[in-house]
Amino acid sequence: MTQLRQSALSPPIAILHAPGTNRDMDAAIACEWAGGAPEIVHINQLLAGERRLSDYAMLVIPGGFSYGDDLGAGKLWAVRLLHDLGDQLHAFANAGKPILGICNGFQVLVKTGLLPGAIPNLDAGEDGGRLVTLTRNESAHFECRWVHLEPNRANPSPWLHDLERIFCPVAHGEGRFMARDADALEAILAHQLVAFTYVDEAGRPGPYPINPNGSDAHIAGVTNLAGNILGLMPHPENHILPYQHPNHHRGQSGQMGLKLFENGVAYARAL
Amino acid sequence: MDAIFEAAMPQNIYRIEITPRLGSEDGRAKAIRRSAQSLPLTIGSIIVSNLYFIGGELSLEQAQALAQTALLDPVADTLDCRPLDLAAGPRAGESTIEITYLPGVTDSVAESLLSVARSLGYKNVRVAASGWRYRFLEALDEEILARLARDLLANDTVQRFAINRPIAPPFVESREFESDRPLVETIPLRDLTPDHLLALSRERRLSLDRDEMLAIQAYYRQQNRDPTDVELETLAQTWSEHCVHKTFKAIIHYREEPDGEDAVIDGLLDTYIRAATEAIAKPWVHSAFVDNAGVIAFDETLDLAFKVETHNHPSALEPFGGANTGVGGVIRDILGVSARPIANTDVLCFGPENLPAEQVPAGSLHPRRVVEGVIHGIEDYGNKMGIPTVNGAVHYHRDFTANPLVYCGCLGALPRGSHRPLTNAQAGDLIVAIGGRTGRDGLRGATFSSMEMDHATAEIAGTAVQIGNPIVEKQVMEVVLRARDAGLYHAITDCGAGGFSSAVGEMGEHVGARVQLKGAPLKYPGLRPWEIWLSEAQERMVLAIPSQNWDAFQAICRAHDVEASILGEFDGSKRLRVYYGETLVADLEMAFLHDGVPRRRLRAVWTRPGLSEPNLPPSSDLTPLLLQALAHANVRSRAAILHRYDHEVQGGTVVKPLVGAGQRGPGDAAVILPQATLVGREPDALQHESLPAATLSVGINPRYGLIDPYFMAWACVDEAVRNAVAVGADPDRIAILDNFCWGNPNLPDRLGSLVRAARGCYDAALAHQTPFISGKDSLNNEYTGADGRKHAIPGSLLISAVGVAPDMRRTTTTDLKEAGHALYLLGETRPELGGSVYYDLFGELGASVPRPYDAPLDRMRGLHRAIVAGWAAAVHDLSEGGLAVALAEMCIGGDLGAEISLAAIPTSEPLTPAQALFSESLGRFLIEVPAKHAIAFEKALAGQPLASIGRVTAEKRLIVRTAEGRPCIDASVKALAFAFGALE
Repeated sequence: MTQLRQSALSPPIAILHAPGTNRDMDAAIACEWAGGAPEIVHINQLLAGERRLSDYAMLVIPGGFSYGDDLGAGKLWAVRLLHDLGDQLHAFANAGKPILGICNGFQVLVKTGLLPGAIPNLDAGEDGGRLVTLTRNESAHFECRWVHLEPNRANPSPWLHDLERIFCPVAHGEGRFMARDADALEAILAHQLVAFTYVDEAGRPGPYPINPNGSDAHIAGVTNLAGNILGLMPHPENHILPYQHPNHHRGQSGQMGLKLFENGVAYARAL
Repeated sequence: MDAIFEAAMPQNIYRIEITPRLGSEDGRAKAIRRSAQSLPLTIGSIIVSNLYFIGGELSLEQAQALAQTALLDPVADTLDCRPLDLAAGPRAGESTIEITYLPGVTDSVAESLLSVARSLGYKNVRVAASGWRYRFLEALDEEILARLARDLLANDTVQRFAINRPIAPPFVESREFESDRPLVETIPLRDLTPDHLLALSRERRLSLDRDEMLAIQAYYRQQNRDPTDVELETLAQTWSEHCVHKTFKAIIHYREEPDGEDAVIDGLLDTYIRAATEAIAKPWVHSAFVDNAGVIAFDETLDLAFKVETHNHPSALEPFGGANTGVGGVIRDILGVSARPIANTDVLCFGPENLPAEQVPAGSLHPRRVVEGVIHGIEDYGNKMGIPTVNGAVHYHRDFTANPLVYCGCLGALPRGSHRPLTNAQAGDLIVAIGGRTGRDGLRGATFSSMEMDHATAEIAGTAVQIGNPIVEKQVMEVVLRARDAGLYHAITDCGAGGFSSAVGEMGEHVGARVQLKGAPLKYPGLRPWEIWLSEAQERMVLAIPSQNWDAFQAICRAHDVEASILGEFDGSKRLRVYYGETLVADLEMAFLHDGVPRRRLRAVWTRPGLSEPNLPPSSDLTPLLLQALAHANVRSRAAILHRYDHEVQGGTVVKPLVGAGQRGPGDAAVILPQATLVGREPDALQHESLPAATLSVGINPRYGLIDPYFMAWACVDEAVRNAVAVGADPDRIAILDNFCWGNPNLPDRLGSLVRAARGCYDAALAHQTPFISGKDSLNNEYTGADGRKHAIPGSLLISAVGVAPDMRRTTTTDLKEAGHALYLLGETRPELGGSVYYDLFGELGASVPRPYDAPLDRMRGLHRAIVAGWAAAVHDLSEGGLAVALAEMCIGGDLGAEISLAAIPTSEPLTPAQALFSESLGRFLIEVPAKHAIAFEKALAGQPLASIGRVTAEKRLIVRTAEGRPCIDASVKALAFAFGALE
């Protein structure tokens, strides 16, 4: 990155890269424009000890097809992170530093169990605490289209501070948010862990294609209870310029995703 | 086979089944039920599971623990892991089909499983494989199950299946056996007669003709020895049609009938394609025809590289793998000029999706399967590489049933001056291969093993068709771009057809190379030297690296988990010397290898077909015909396909493939802002800067070629350029690519039509001042029908255009913007319905194919001035379906109505309403202009055939009145959108 807007106040941001990650540069540009100092960090650099997560104030796990998503989206990356870097990752999360998982990154955070994380009075169950997953789209194929995201204003996470509705694309084959059972879904809703839901232009939830993948309760993104970890399937980093809006030729603009990154950077800076 | 492999069965084999908790409600299961209906077969509930097999010295508990950690999603799925038991049957009252790949076929899932097992500490897992299980909750007939397996679920080119019993894993773990046959064979040919030489060529599938075999014989007589198999295979590959384009370089005796000219053409490429580029002589063309891709200037610092390839035959056999590796191949072409891939295009020609099964030629897949597989293959590779797929076309015609066409294009961006020409390798440079390992993949002449389905012992067969592994190529890309920026190599090229032989042979043409085949990492042991040398395994590149840079290069490779190995060195000998250990297996002069191929002399005849205009019943209400035209297979919305391609990654798609209010309108061309432009710029500044953007567009219409290939070629160039200019490209900054897909060029009628198309290319390129920068031909697209007759595809020319729009903010889309704006028609409408969609609605072809018009560049420049000035609110080119379809598409995109009159349409002869509305005359655009800009707009296009024909309306209806004022089309925009297939 070119360190355009970076200053002493720009928090260092690790944009994690594994084989198959492909929206790392998109996320890095968004982070830089939001005032951060992003660096794309290859997982091999962490494994070799050339970089440590603790050197960074914020972590972004970007989109792509890590390791080809051959064993289920995000699964292999999650297994490797937990197995080889679990201590660093949990230390980062427990320190309350902001973590953002987008698309494949969201899948990774869910499959490591960092999202939605522990929920009080909810039995983690025999399966080791996994309450939710992101599985194959209801349509059974990849889907790329623009969607409207309604932020949950009752969720106090700093990621969502003063956020307006966001218009941005989804691009995934396995983004269907699915809770283990009705209790788990109820607990997520009750604890206001929902970060974004899929809605139409007027803010109303609805069936496909408004909800592009068949997610439970139209959920597009969630946070943990502490609010420092956010995961979402859509790509706010692909709407940080007015020209990226599909209707900028019709004079429309706004609903951009940049504010989300600014929230993360502001939060990282304040820590 | 001398090298025999036997799958030594590992000690313990476990079978792991992962089943969705949704059971038969899982999306995949429902999709299969839907697809079965088209066979047609009505089936009940299905449950689709993923199968995994692991073998090694591990216990059941360990296997279960591994499966739980690495494979199970406990929320979505359930897990069953048990020792493999091939005797188990389905439950009573149920049926099963199980599928795995054939041994040796790329199974990236298995590779990932092996790698995660090892990294989790399960070191004694030795082999892995993946598969699928389809469990039918009813006892189905074996015959029905076999049909489901063959016609829907499996493809026996790369897979095998088992019905009502467990399938055995296709483990590839091989041991090499001693063989009596020498590693390298000498092929005595010095004393063969010409007939025997030809027989030798056929027997070894060399595809060399008599003259070429004689040239080889003469060379070896002079050398006083016979060739090795490695040498003969190297010559056959280097001299193949695919690699040297013998037809395009041949001397052609051409005749037109009846009573046409008689001419001798000294090479199609030099006479018509390269000649056009030289005559146009644009200073911004930086590389044309010499490298893996054409290169043009973009802005002060960046160049653009563009290449389009075809992958027709593999896609016919195995649509997913064929299209998948087609995309992978053209991306490597872009890496081969050191560019970062920034956009993909795909143009597809298929047989009709509703073709009755009995009309599908024996041995061919049904077009529906081809369509589904090809689209999935493109989606898989492009999306995983993180390259947006932004432009393309789909064309249906009955004659593509047995020979579908898959054109894959890739656009790249590179810092000016960072490209190293292919021939820049220096004596002393290391020959370095990176990426995938080498196997028997894609080997010519490799015997395809027909093994028993459930046999655990298998030969590893070479397959004509492969499955790609995009993540390997993604990592190769990361390495190449970093090595480029660090200046670590002198030359680079991809391994495509011909593998190492082609890559090293071309790079070393002027300097010479010494190769050690034992340096190549193999997928499995036992490959003979010529197989290593010729293998077409995917995801490999070859670089010329100065030895002092080797350590730095290796470090980059290690950081990205990419395997790199030294194959030898470029040595200044001007010879190609290939060793296998101590044995010299090939020793050829580069000069003979590259210049020894004799030119072919071919005969070509083009006979003007005896066609005439049909007599169609006149109709006063053209609304139903417009609705039919919108629903026509070659017109209808491509939304269902486009939504499966990631067209947003890299954040630069500023005119998207779908445009308008609800992204329901078709875009004319894609506009791409290279991400390199964003890096290092302030977002605020971006809004006030005029930044250039790249445009991508295509022109294709094989139906025109059935009437006259010359006019088809002209029309394709015009369409590609129109599309580019419509979105804002500067007509003086457009370069084009040609891709010819034709039948057997040794048949004079096929070659005759090819000559006529090449002539059209030349004339059209000059008229539009668009240089060709790259091209490719795929010939021999023929099949022999059940009647024993040979059927060629319609000669199909694809013109792809890359352009530069000077100001991203002044680009345009096709959707109507605001009620009250005027609608202008630019360009003359003639009664040209030959080859049109309109005629096709009546099953007619006609004769009046659209003809060239004068001074296209003047018209394009005038329109461009208006667009750059901001006077055009919407622009749409008129192509298939003519004025009526273009207008309807603008209404659908804008969700607005329009009212026009046919009275003022620019024309020099009287037109019927049907002709006015459905003619496909070239050079025409519809432009929406705000009233305040009307005068300036008209001035910018003074002297052009231009008329205001109506206006945009708030009422969502399309109303067209005849010259007499009678409505001939009246339809709601919703009805238009429904017919077009734009409503979800």
